[in-house]
Amino acid sequence: MNKTHDNRAWLFVLPVVALVAFNAIIPLMTVVNYSVQETFGDNVFFWAGVMWFEQVLQSERFQDALLRQLTFTFTILLIEVPLGVAIALTMPKKGPWVPVCLVLMALPLLIPWNVVGAMWNIFALPDIGLLGRSLNALGFDYNFTRQPGDAWFTLILMDVWHWTSLVVLLAYAGLVSIPDAYYQAAKIDGAKPFAVFRYIQLPKMKRVLTIAVLLRFMDSFMIYTELSVLTGGGPGNSTTLLSIDLVKIALGQFDLGPAAAMSLIYFLIILLLSWVFYTLMMRNEQQ
Amino acid sequence: MSLELRGVGLRAGADTHIHPTDLVCEPGSFNILLGTTLAGKTTMMKLMAGLERPTAGTVWFGGRDVTGVSVRRRNVSMVYQQFINYPNMSVYENIASPLRVTKVDEAEIKRRVGTMAELLKLSPMLSRRPSELSGGQQQRTAMARALVKDADLVLLDEPLANLDFKLREELRDELPRLFADRDCIVVYATTEPVEALLFGGHTACLHEGRVTQFGPTAEVYRNPSDLVSAQVFSEPPINVAPVVKAGETFRFGQDTAFPASGPFAALADGAYTLGIRPHHVAPTPSGDNPVPVDGHVLVTELSGSESVIHFTVQGETWVSQSHGIHPFEVGTDQRLYADMSKALVFDGDGRRIEI
Repeated sequence: MNKTHDNRAWLFVLPVVALVAFNAIIPLMTVVNYSVQETFGDNVFFWAGVMWFEQVLQSERFQDALLRQLTFTFTILLIEVPLGVAIALTMPKKGPWVPVCLVLMALPLLIPWNVVGAMWNIFALPDIGLLGRSLNALGFDYNFTRQPGDAWFTLILMDVWHWTSLVVLLAYAGLVSIPDAYYQAAKIDGAKPFAVFRYIQLPKMKRVLTIAVLLRFMDSFMIYTELSVLTGGGPGNSTTLLSIDLVKIALGQFDLGPAAAMSLIYFLIILLLSWVFYTLMMRNEQQ
Repeated sequence: MSLELRGVGLRAGADTHIHPTDLVCEPGSFNILLGTTLAGKTTMMKLMAGLERPTAGTVWFGGRDVTGVSVRRRNVSMVYQQFINYPNMSVYENIASPLRVTKVDEAEIKRRVGTMAELLKLSPMLSRRPSELSGGQQQRTAMARALVKDADLVLLDEPLANLDFKLREELRDELPRLFADRDCIVVYATTEPVEALLFGGHTACLHEGRVTQFGPTAEVYRNPSDLVSAQVFSEPPINVAPVVKAGETFRFGQDTAFPASGPFAALADGAYTLGIRPHHVAPTPSGDNPVPVDGHVLVTELSGSESVIHFTVQGETWVSQSHGIHPFEVGTDQRLYADMSKALVFDGDGRRIEI
């Protein structure tokens, strides 16, 4: 059948265009606008070109924040993905415990992010918090508000506690969708438990794990709320990740130009890395 | 080696999945488990394989009690309705996988996979992944995996059910050839009586977890031991007529009666059930004892050379399958003829009475 072309069809698309323009394109363009201009107040702007971009990219402060960000993201990915898969494997596949396990697993995901930060802040306080007190009582010199190492430890522990559940739920969904016949076939072949995991469960979970890695990657790159409540980027700048740094520049110092330039760079990094991740994993899929 | 079930049953709580069953499969035999969905075919196979432990009775293999022996230590292979292959292995590795576990040396693996692939027409696809194959090729791969290890017992659980018509026909023709020169026991589950008849061998009719009859396929088809077996082993479904014999006549429902002559004369007065296969009911009189029945047409299916007419007669739903085109209008009343000389007679409990 021949499709008839009718330009009036565009009218159907217009509402979406208007909506996207208002909630995404126009705000983004405002940021682009700030990033290439300089102002001394009074709403007077001067053209600044790529000055802010150069300044941000060359500043040690940005490079350090980016490095910390990458360290954080890859650490939590390395912990959360294997841990999530391991927990999903031990969860029951049927029976009365399934809903119980699922609800328990979903619980951390339901807690508001600033509450998670506040909870862990109090939990880890060395003088009154259960975790902080216990660690000190056990002989560890633990103080996350003073020692950078302890701050990182607490931050990663909090993120693992908060977000491993997401990986567990996704991996579990992948696991329960494997037909029973696969396990029987493996049993008949005499396959060992590890072979079952390597050749049946892992390949069958591949798709959901791709999604899990991608989601955790993006979300951890954008972490702000929990971190800002827990450490606020301290002690010193030791846990100042990109988002914290951005807010400090934009709202603390009110440097609109550099902040706008940094936002765009930040956004492009996430976009680029997500794209690279996705392409690599999809190419693997095809091979 | 023969497979023997001695009073094997399976219960879970108050539910009986398999009633105690006695069954002997001879070495090198082709056995068919025939039954509708949920009749217990898969469960029966799991019990035979050792994937499920019976709650009653014992399983014997080659004169040895293997009831509690894990499937890992029995030489069993199985093909499923879904196409089960290792998703990220090549076809070659898939076929080789059962041999890898048993530590066969590489040259031998290569030789056996090659033979198997040749037999199942998979040779050009050995380096592909299962996801790159058609459904038929995926199932062939699964079959090659099941056959490559020379199992003593090969279980095929509706292996053709998920294939389209043409592929099904093709694989169905190949199957007997694959097992022709093997001395393993083959058990083949199917819902289709036609498949059972095509494969021959032995057939066990399964109904609600009970083996109602077991014997050579043609024998089971021709001489069902009871009404249930006749119903399981008939497609389209066998026509049932509850009749009462009084003297020289059978009364069927309100207003149909026909003479109980010839072999029927020997029957005592009382209630019986007659079973007449669809191809013995036709729009025109045929056979040795055609009896007219007046029906109300429900559906008429016309294929190229055959008419299948569904109709109600005396409250029963009947099917007539006959040669030629008989375009009976739906909703009309029509007279058809049942050849009573071919009727099977069952008593009040559904047991067959030979006449």
